[in-house]
Amino acid sequence: MTGKGMTRRGALRSGAGVIAAGALGAPMVHAQGTGGSLRVAFWDHWVPTGNDAMRALVKEWSEKNRVEVTLDFINTTGNQLQLAGAAQAQSKSGHDIISLAPWDVGTYASVLEPVDDVINRLIAKYGPINPVAEYLAKREGAWRGVPATSGTQNKPACVRFDLMQEHAGLDVRAMWPASGQAGPGADQWTWDTFLTAAEKCAKAGYPFGLPLGAFSDAVDWVGALFASYGASMMDEKGKPTVRNNPKLRTAIEYAVRLSKALPNDVWAWDDASNNRALISGRSALVFNPPSAWAVAKRDQPQVAEKCWTIPMPAGPEGRFLAYLPWTSGIWNFGRNKQTAKALLEFLGERSSAEALTSKTSGYDIPPFETMSDFKIWETEGPPVGTVYNYPLKPHHKAKPSIAFAPAPGEFAAQMYVQALNTKVIARVAQGGDTVDQALGWLERELTTIVRGG
Amino acid sequence: MAADGTLVAGAPAAAGSGRANTMQRFARRRSTIAFLMALPLIALIGGLVVYPAGYAMWLSTLNRRMTANIGLGNFEILLDSDTFWMVIMQSCIFAVGAVIAKALIGFWLAHMLHHIPAKGQRKWRGMLLIPWVIPPALSTLGWWWMFDPSYSSINWLLNIFAVPAVPWLGEPWWARFSVILVNVWYGSPFFMIMYLAALKSVPDQLYEAAAIDGATGWQGLRYVTLPMMQNIISITVLFSLIVTFANYDIVRVLTNGGPRDLTQVFASYAFQVGILSGNLPRGAAVSLFMFPVLAVFAYFILRGINRRNKEQM
Repeated sequence: MTGKGMTRRGALRSGAGVIAAGALGAPMVHAQGTGGSLRVAFWDHWVPTGNDAMRALVKEWSEKNRVEVTLDFINTTGNQLQLAGAAQAQSKSGHDIISLAPWDVGTYASVLEPVDDVINRLIAKYGPINPVAEYLAKREGAWRGVPATSGTQNKPACVRFDLMQEHAGLDVRAMWPASGQAGPGADQWTWDTFLTAAEKCAKAGYPFGLPLGAFSDAVDWVGALFASYGASMMDEKGKPTVRNNPKLRTAIEYAVRLSKALPNDVWAWDDASNNRALISGRSALVFNPPSAWAVAKRDQPQVAEKCWTIPMPAGPEGRFLAYLPWTSGIWNFGRNKQTAKALLEFLGERSSAEALTSKTSGYDIPPFETMSDFKIWETEGPPVGTVYNYPLKPHHKAKPSIAFAPAPGEFAAQMYVQALNTKVIARVAQGGDTVDQALGWLERELTTIVRGG
Repeated sequence: MAADGTLVAGAPAAAGSGRANTMQRFARRRSTIAFLMALPLIALIGGLVVYPAGYAMWLSTLNRRMTANIGLGNFEILLDSDTFWMVIMQSCIFAVGAVIAKALIGFWLAHMLHHIPAKGQRKWRGMLLIPWVIPPALSTLGWWWMFDPSYSSINWLLNIFAVPAVPWLGEPWWARFSVILVNVWYGSPFFMIMYLAALKSVPDQLYEAAAIDGATGWQGLRYVTLPMMQNIISITVLFSLIVTFANYDIVRVLTNGGPRDLTQVFASYAFQVGILSGNLPRGAAVSLFMFPVLAVFAYFILRGINRRNKEQM
């Protein structure tokens, strides 16, 4: 070929140029050069300053280590982040590090790089790690991800202390003050007390805003309630434990009684409905991270200044706190796994966790109990100290929980997504089934989940 | 390339000229050219339709961990599940109910429009098409705000007239009604525009002849309009059934399948089982269940169209 025709090499060169131009157009956070490069997908934080805090930390680390990091924040609207994870796991290509929703770590365990070395170093520094984070992120004896601070949340009770005092006669600020000890009456903060208070507040026109649909807020608080009654549906070997289980029956009967003191539309509530109930001033209590309070602080300050966060009530088997963690995983098909581990270890440090938590007004919960003393939880307000009891503190005498533990993760994930705990309550309270019929249905559903490996 | 579009081969090689001639003839054949021209489209369909469908079929035969082939095990498991039977029933209620309502409303609207003078017709046609051109995820969000469990604007209006609030999304039958209503609101304009086009193609002489024979308006509709529109009605219903059966966004945004899975349809349930619960093979099996259901519908509808076409020939 002669003249002006394009050669094969020329075409390749042009193609490489186009690709390079495309790559330069990607949102490169820092380009320091010689330490390699990383592509990271983190969860797009609800709190607007959350991404900035993460960006600043990653910048600091990348400059120090001379690593080019491309940082993407992917949101969970329409499950975009979960879909990205599913697609990358299937195609075995994509980011080096990805934020994984609670159950996704187990789902993709076979394509996630073990990170025991990172976890062991962090544990050596900061003590035991949250057992729920371990339950979710450990598969076949190996850690498949590093429990993250960003986005991880507890769901304690956010209470309108004025309404609770007026209608239920409970001074929640005295019971759970913003200091390292429980106050008078804290030991009486049980599900029985809770039910009485719920009924009184409902009667006064301020029902508790507790969702009972299929979204995570509903599944989480019901999970903690069931845990405090010792009511599990499946054991750690994957065997349904529904039949002849008096604890499960008691928990369901309790929840059905409680549901009668709730708004009649809670079966259709999503994760924003309880927030709206609190912010609008219609509800005396919700189980939620401080996001509802934070929005009230902006939009309804007269509501926000009467909110106080306290632990969840205790049941016969103890006090449990709903905990929903994010985990950062490293794909085992990634190219720069050691560098990825170094970044996640840096983000797991106390200073990084405190920076993230402080920038999100205390929303983010680190995975170590020794990190439950960050200053932000003492100073945030109004009223000052309102989120002091948001992280799990030793004097709460509580344990973190996630619904459907201790069932094997692959089954618990399906039970969680299908919201079997709220549905079994709804079948009795709304559908008119007897408890026996509802339990029969539950057992059949569990059997279906277990079948097929 | 020659002016008529056929390929002209270069200088034949000295050896094997007989074979080259055969190749030339093969390349010059119209069917070969047509095939080559259609090749990009075939590749596109292969890549975007055949491959994903085949992959879904293969996926549905695997176990949850995708480590072993369990044949039809996932289908067997699904058919043993109360929830899945409920999903089948609800998908049928949703699709059939919505398509019938859309067809009736579309037919009525088309008639109304057909009788509006041409000058004003364009304005009405444009306005009535609006629901169809808004992205459904967006318009469904608007409906969700109107149905919101606690702050429904529709309930607010009802309360003004002392009508008690309706649990649009919290009570099973109301929730089913709501998802069908939104689908009907979104899909009726499609039926309307198709039927309007069909109505415009019915020759006026037929109506004149019927009028001379003393036919009433109803008889004109029954014996002239409907027979003339039969094929377009069938095709529209089939097309809409396929799209409605596969609908995902309305259920996902409005109810998330609740309460108690009583508004779950194939697509939303497949997503829940496959992506959110991490059981891709079973999710693929759920979505493949639509295929035989739609095949039955398509068979009967297309058979009717063929029969009518043969009668007319």
